[in-house]
Amino acid sequence: MPLLSPFEYEFFRRGLFAAIVVGALCGYIGVYVVLRRMSYIGHGLSHAIFGGAVLSTITHSNFYIGAGIWALFSGALIHAISRRRWVGADAAIGVVTTTSFAIGVAIISTYRSFTRNIEAALFGNILGIAPQDLWTMTGIAIAVFLVLFMIRRQLLFATFDPEVAHAYGISTDKIDFVFIMLLATTVLASTQTMGVTLVAAAMVIPPVIARYLTKRFGMLLVISPIIGALCGAAGMFLSFYLDISSAATIVLTAAAIFIVLETTLILKQKTSTRVAVN
Amino acid sequence: MKSHDHSAGHGHGSLHPHGVEEPLAPKEGITPLVDITDVSSGYAGSPAIENVSLKIWPGQFIAVVGPNGGGKTTLLRTILGAVPLMRGRVAIRGETVGGAALERVGYVPQLETIDWNFPITVEEVLLMGLFRKNHWLKRIKKEDLKKIDALLDRLNLTGLGKRHIRELSGGQQQAVFLGRALLGEPDLILLDEPTAGLDIRSRDDVIHFLHEINHQGVAIVITAHDLNWVAAHLPWVVCLNRRVIAEGKPQEVFTSAVLQETYRGDMVVFLHDGMVMIGERPHAPAP
Repeated sequence: MPLLSPFEYEFFRRGLFAAIVVGALCGYIGVYVVLRRMSYIGHGLSHAIFGGAVLSTITHSNFYIGAGIWALFSGALIHAISRRRWVGADAAIGVVTTTSFAIGVAIISTYRSFTRNIEAALFGNILGIAPQDLWTMTGIAIAVFLVLFMIRRQLLFATFDPEVAHAYGISTDKIDFVFIMLLATTVLASTQTMGVTLVAAAMVIPPVIARYLTKRFGMLLVISPIIGALCGAAGMFLSFYLDISSAATIVLTAAAIFIVLETTLILKQKTSTRVAVN
Repeated sequence: MKSHDHSAGHGHGSLHPHGVEEPLAPKEGITPLVDITDVSSGYAGSPAIENVSLKIWPGQFIAVVGPNGGGKTTLLRTILGAVPLMRGRVAIRGETVGGAALERVGYVPQLETIDWNFPITVEEVLLMGLFRKNHWLKRIKKEDLKKIDALLDRLNLTGLGKRHIRELSGGQQQAVFLGRALLGEPDLILLDEPTAGLDIRSRDDVIHFLHEINHQGVAIVITAHDLNWVAAHLPWVVCLNRRVIAEGKPQEVFTSAVLQETYRGDMVVFLHDGMVMIGERPHAPAP
């Protein structure tokens, strides 16, 4: 099968573009998600958005508006709860996100007529993305990139050394709030491509791979989105030829690279230990 | 040296002795850099320091000593406005702490609190010092990079700017975070246990560099555990255990009575070659 044959299909071209945009966006914001140890929040937010996705489907409202309001509200709630000390932040976040997910499941059990839309929200439907959705997604991605780029130095300071950043006049609380809103927006933009169950993987695996390749924060912000985009593109081709779910293939491609790098590192360490012993 | 009397009606205002001979010691007629007045502060409604009154003068070099949990770090964080006040007032150059008042205050946290696996280079850490306040659109200019290069030279870190912070020695790591504080051209630097975990040589490097900065007029406050090191290198000491027990020159403050009250432990204080030395009293052998 020739390599370029998938390009004959409009749905593939759109899907490939979406996978690259979402891969790069998730790879970029994922650097902060991993370094701020917010992988769990990213995972939770993607589940929380499911309730909004279901509601927007039954009310026949625009997905980005319905689920978007839901996502931002969940993000604000998580931000407020994670600042409270009386209960573990992770447990509180778990309550918000699973409740939101359960609301979605409860609604589905009542209305059984839109299984296909729900499947798309859960596992992604990259090949069914409409041109209008593609533009909305790209617009959201550009906006998130721009805001992240603008606040990158303050965000880095607040991520690396929040106490000193606060003492140096950086509004760490505002930065945290803006970041979680951007995260919610990213999850929203990525849901149709990756599905709520796999978005978190797209945000976590590329930065983890990038950390094998650089020790500079600045380079991490370049390498991670490139890896995300490449995994998106490679996953799309593999999905086409192997006839497997696109979102799952994208994640599995990234996971395979991670396994190869980790194994190489372990073997290298073993070899250097053996040399040192001899 | 003057012990702090915390009986009713006392403990407010300066208890600092005047007219001491130290060239960088407080002088009448100068506004204190930091004026802590009857401050209680802490976390979740529970005070970590109580009724603390202390003045820090321009160009002073102070060590705050005391037991673990005695409130040393809380005191520094209170000066930075990072711990809620339950009572009292903290003023920097006469202004209530916060916002603009902190613009020329540098802070170096305990190195133990740093995530050494964070992917960041020496240069990237130093650059943070240029981004005080929320200057969203501020860009790094050529002059900024020249400033960083000059600072690396001054810190004896020439050529190490692209290294990961974990690849440096303990003393060099401390120098990097001190350098970040210096980029803000501070007139006061607070350092939380700057010598913790360092070997003798690195501790020596750090204290000499701190003295060099201090001689340029920058006031320095450090917290420390090694009393002999403090006695050997620092001109002024504050003994803190939730409240200020005493402050003054080490040879005057480090007495058995003050240390007993500060640490609730028996310590031996003696003079050796004109230097005050502190030792632990050995336990009596079991009968």
